[in-house]
Amino acid sequence: MSVVTDIAITPEPESLTTTSRRSGSVLRDALRLWRTRIGLVLVLGLTLLAGAGPFFAPHSPTDFAGPPFSNPSSAARFGTDYLGQDVLSRFLWGGREILVMAVLATAFGIILGAIVGLLAAYSRNWLDDVLMRGMDVILAFPQIMLALVAIATVGPKPWLIVLAVGLTTLPRVARVTRGAAQPIVARDFVASAEALGVPRIRILGRELLPNILSPLMVEVSLRLTYSIGLIAGLAFLGFATSTNGANWGTMINQNRVAVQAQPWGVVLPVIAIALLTIGTGLVGDGISRAAAGIDRGRSTG
Amino acid sequence: MHSGGIWGFILRRVLLGLLVLVIVSVLVFAATQALPGDPARAILGRDATPTSLAALRAKLHLGQPVLQQYWTWVTGLLHGDMGNSLANQEPVSTYLRPLLINSAFLVFLSGIISIPLAIGIGAYAAVRRDKAFDVSSSILTLLLAALPEFVVGVGLVVIFATVVFQVLPAVAQIPPGGRPWDDLNGMVLPVVTLVIAVTPYVARIMRASMIEVLESDYVEMARLKGLDESTVIVRHALPNALGPTFQVIAINLAYLAGGVIVVEYVFNFPGIGGALVDGVNNRDLPVVQALAMLIATLYVVLNLTADIATILVTPRMRTTL
Repeated sequence: MSVVTDIAITPEPESLTTTSRRSGSVLRDALRLWRTRIGLVLVLGLTLLAGAGPFFAPHSPTDFAGPPFSNPSSAARFGTDYLGQDVLSRFLWGGREILVMAVLATAFGIILGAIVGLLAAYSRNWLDDVLMRGMDVILAFPQIMLALVAIATVGPKPWLIVLAVGLTTLPRVARVTRGAAQPIVARDFVASAEALGVPRIRILGRELLPNILSPLMVEVSLRLTYSIGLIAGLAFLGFATSTNGANWGTMINQNRVAVQAQPWGVVLPVIAIALLTIGTGLVGDGISRAAAGIDRGRSTG
Repeated sequence: MHSGGIWGFILRRVLLGLLVLVIVSVLVFAATQALPGDPARAILGRDATPTSLAALRAKLHLGQPVLQQYWTWVTGLLHGDMGNSLANQEPVSTYLRPLLINSAFLVFLSGIISIPLAIGIGAYAAVRRDKAFDVSSSILTLLLAALPEFVVGVGLVVIFATVVFQVLPAVAQIPPGGRPWDDLNGMVLPVVTLVIAVTPYVARIMRASMIEVLESDYVEMARLKGLDESTVIVRHALPNALGPTFQVIAINLAYLAGGVIVVEYVFNFPGIGGALVDGVNNRDLPVVQALAMLIATLYVVLNLTADIATILVTPRMRTTL
């Protein structure tokens, strides 16, 4: 009955034809595509910027460096922000929080989503129905809506934002995992493992999981893309861990009133978030193409 | 495995949708209960006077048992009574109605532009598979699909309203009592932002679906009959390729309902998104609860419509029920 829904939820059309190719060879194929390479360079570059940036910041992100919204000078290379803080330093500090939270939220969603999806596909009984209807409940909210309801109740705590974003990622991953695992559950080697009395947990982990790694890797990059957008977006709406924290989303919100006079406080973080999400998006598309066997052996793409 | 044919399927889907909504309402309601300690004090803060605390407790029906509180809230919702906003004391329904019209207009404009655009791009890319249009549109949709809405919105403001060019207004403010269609200039950037957020996804699904149809036997048959290519595409391929796209369109309309939250904030557009962000900031729980229920209901209804529409337009699906 949920055949229809599963097809539509699968994010990339290409992954519909995903077969159970070995994940290692999929990754190798993906790396032959230019889009994967460019994406990887972007992701690694921005991760480096976000991780190592604070060590190169000329000022502390909250130090007073000049009059508010002043133009670039030798003291502040990219000018100052709405409180007179150094834009460059805040920019170098501003990616860390987003990236750490997005990675944690994605990991949470992927791990639990894969477990739920595998259990549902393997059980083939009432458990399948109960689990997937439970997923439907979470899917009834847009991702940002659920995060906002949680924040309205408890406040913008970092663990809460990670939990809310991870929780809304979960059902989306579970659907893809279940869809990918269902044809595998029906195959002979699963039945023979059952006949041999292999414990259920080993069937899930050793027989099913390795066969759905490719769609799962596509999900990792896709969900990471959305998690980064969501967490930066929540900061942009004013719901970051601290109201004056150095965070790319917060920076955009704080400095956009004077974007015409002093654009750097907005332009730098906008470009950084854009390049980061484009990078994770490109990597995901590359893996998805390699998994579907598209462009195999071709170096263009 | 299942019985009852197509009507049984529709009935099951509707019942499941209702069940999901009931559970959602319990969760949304539980959000009030999850406030640590006394909800009234959590909302009003530490400096609240005993009188105001007592008044708020009475307003939230905090004296009643939990089940009764839930029942009062749910039956109120069904009658259109969503309680009073804690921030401005107005009934939530009075406060939200004009904002809802504004947001609906924004979503309507974005949908009416993005859906034909996406179907057109996807179908044409499939017909011109691996040609210049297909390659460039697929790269463009891939890049745009990865961008968060607020980055697109702020980027458009930087390019078209402030730093680079100053051709469009950066905000879409509507004077109180005014209508969004009075100032269409201000609507351009918010609508373009939402169109950019939705189009790539639908276009990609449409392309994949169209390619599958173009490779099918009946399209081959139509070609072999000697029909010219445009007839084959418009009369035979396109209608069949639209089936799976219905689902995606509904999901994206629902997605637009979520996307407006951030986009309205970017452009100071007076809609339910702005109201939600304000509600979260002020901990105005009646407003947040009402909007959460509203958007969840819209989501469930759209998904339901999509499931049923897909079954109706795809005969081969009916046999697998």
